[in-house]
Amino acid sequence: MLTTGAFAAVGVGAVVWPFISSMNPARDVLALASTEVDLTPIAVGQAVTVVWRGKPVFVRHRTAEEIQAARATPLSQLKDPATDQSRVQRDQWLVVVGVCTHLGCVPLGQKPTDARGEYQGWFCPCHGSHYDTSGRIRLGPAPLNLAVPEYSFTSDTQIRIG
Amino acid sequence: MAIGLHDSTIKNPVLRWVDQRLPVFTMMQKEYGTFPTPRNFNYFWNFGALAMVTLMIMIATGIFLAMNYTPHTSYAFDSVERIMRDVNYGWLIRYVHMNGASMFFIVVFIHIWRGLYYGSYKAPRELLWILGVVIFLLMMATAFMGYVLPWGQMSFWGATVITNLFSAFPLVGEHIVTWLWGGFSVDNPTLNRFFSLHYLMPFVIAGVVFLHVAALHITGSNNPLGIDPKGPQDTLPFHPYYTAKDSVGLIVYFIVFAFLVFFMPNYLGHPDNYIPANPLVTPAHIVPEWYFLPFYAILRAVPDKLGGVLLMFGSIAVLFILPWLDTSPVRSMRFRPVAKWALFLWLIAFFVLMWAGGKPAEEPYVTISRIATAYYFAYFLVILPLLGRLERPLSLPESIAMPVLRGGGPVMAGAAAKPMEKA
Repeated sequence: MLTTGAFAAVGVGAVVWPFISSMNPARDVLALASTEVDLTPIAVGQAVTVVWRGKPVFVRHRTAEEIQAARATPLSQLKDPATDQSRVQRDQWLVVVGVCTHLGCVPLGQKPTDARGEYQGWFCPCHGSHYDTSGRIRLGPAPLNLAVPEYSFTSDTQIRIG
Repeated sequence: MAIGLHDSTIKNPVLRWVDQRLPVFTMMQKEYGTFPTPRNFNYFWNFGALAMVTLMIMIATGIFLAMNYTPHTSYAFDSVERIMRDVNYGWLIRYVHMNGASMFFIVVFIHIWRGLYYGSYKAPRELLWILGVVIFLLMMATAFMGYVLPWGQMSFWGATVITNLFSAFPLVGEHIVTWLWGGFSVDNPTLNRFFSLHYLMPFVIAGVVFLHVAALHITGSNNPLGIDPKGPQDTLPFHPYYTAKDSVGLIVYFIVFAFLVFFMPNYLGHPDNYIPANPLVTPAHIVPEWYFLPFYAILRAVPDKLGGVLLMFGSIAVLFILPWLDTSPVRSMRFRPVAKWALFLWLIAFFVLMWAGGKPAEEPYVTISRIATAYYFAYFLVILPLLGRLERPLSLPESIAMPVLRGGGPVMAGAAAKPMEKA
């Protein structure tokens, strides 16, 4: 009885798995590899949005004040503690995935005219999450900081995301 | 009668020939002809039939829409616009389908409210109620996926927000979301599978509706007094009495439906969904369709992500155990002087949540949502279990026929002695 049951369970699992697995990202979707970004046109204080794996990535050329504000924040005030240094490769360039960690909206703050929230970073209009100039969650329902994607500087003025 | 044939009472020889071999006509006669139904139904008892009709309208219009719809991110929006402009009567079929979803939820909300007010969820109808909640959940999933198909801004961002709810679960959350999407964001694989499932689900719903009706025909219908029929003087045959009463309600329902479709077809929709989906720009104010607003408000009332998601799912899940939370043996709220007002207050909380769910996530709406959410759950989890012990119900009438006939009469004299004909 136990043996029959165990065999039946394995058999059902083996048949069901291909169907479940077929709903995971296909090989062509996984192959959407990396995105190159030219940093030369982005002036200090400006930000651009690029698409990587169908998601927006924010590349922000931070001002000295913005860097200063991010670094002056004590870790004890953070919901998801991380130093600003651990989130950037070069101080003035902040690269984060522009997807709110609450429920996936794109936060505002890329344009100077956008609402940037109480911490001058980004503000998610969907459910009111505020991010600071290091993309860290400061206020609102989002549990985590804006994710830092894998990226590298291929030259002083070019990065490759992914 | 030959061996192996059903003993049919159908007169027409052709129908009789079929009925002897497959007794569908006998079954219809039993379940919808002579089926003994409490004689005191009010118009709240129309809404089950109305929901059934709406399901059929949705399936019929949906099949014809699918003939002209293209489930691809590059073509979906345009194919819907083509249905509206170029396909013969495409505008009519789409507006009926679109507003049919709203009508479906209006009807089902009233149907559920009927169950709450008259205690239709209580023994022996617990399983009937649970099947109803399953149908409601399937409807919500179907409506959500259907709203994604036109691939407008609200489609895209609604899909993003709702699928991201699953990322709240620890460890497996992200994997579940990637699996739901078939990628790293809501994209073409997501649209394809939503179309496939949106086409499948109504037939699953139809299957559960069959079980819902089958269970109803075992227990029999509840009624506004919430007491069991004690004999034939308490019931009427379903046909012609309730086929006629349902027809009256159906005509009123069609008038409302037609008014929506022909005079204000976009009133219940959101204008942003006539903007093609843009994965890089979130609309300033994302709102789900109106029928999801109460649950959306519960989600936003909680400052914690996982907590909000659990509470939102919990607001439906609590309905599954409602038959065991309400400890009072009295079904109808007519005879429960305290619970009645607690339930009306619950209804107000539900509408407050619906209103607050459509407002931005800021004060004072958050606090209002929190109070209404607290009451929504308190009604089920605290008030109903306690009232069963504390409340003193009014005395129940002796039978259904008694208040209808205002007492006395020869029919009544024999009624008390008669055994119950139908449990």
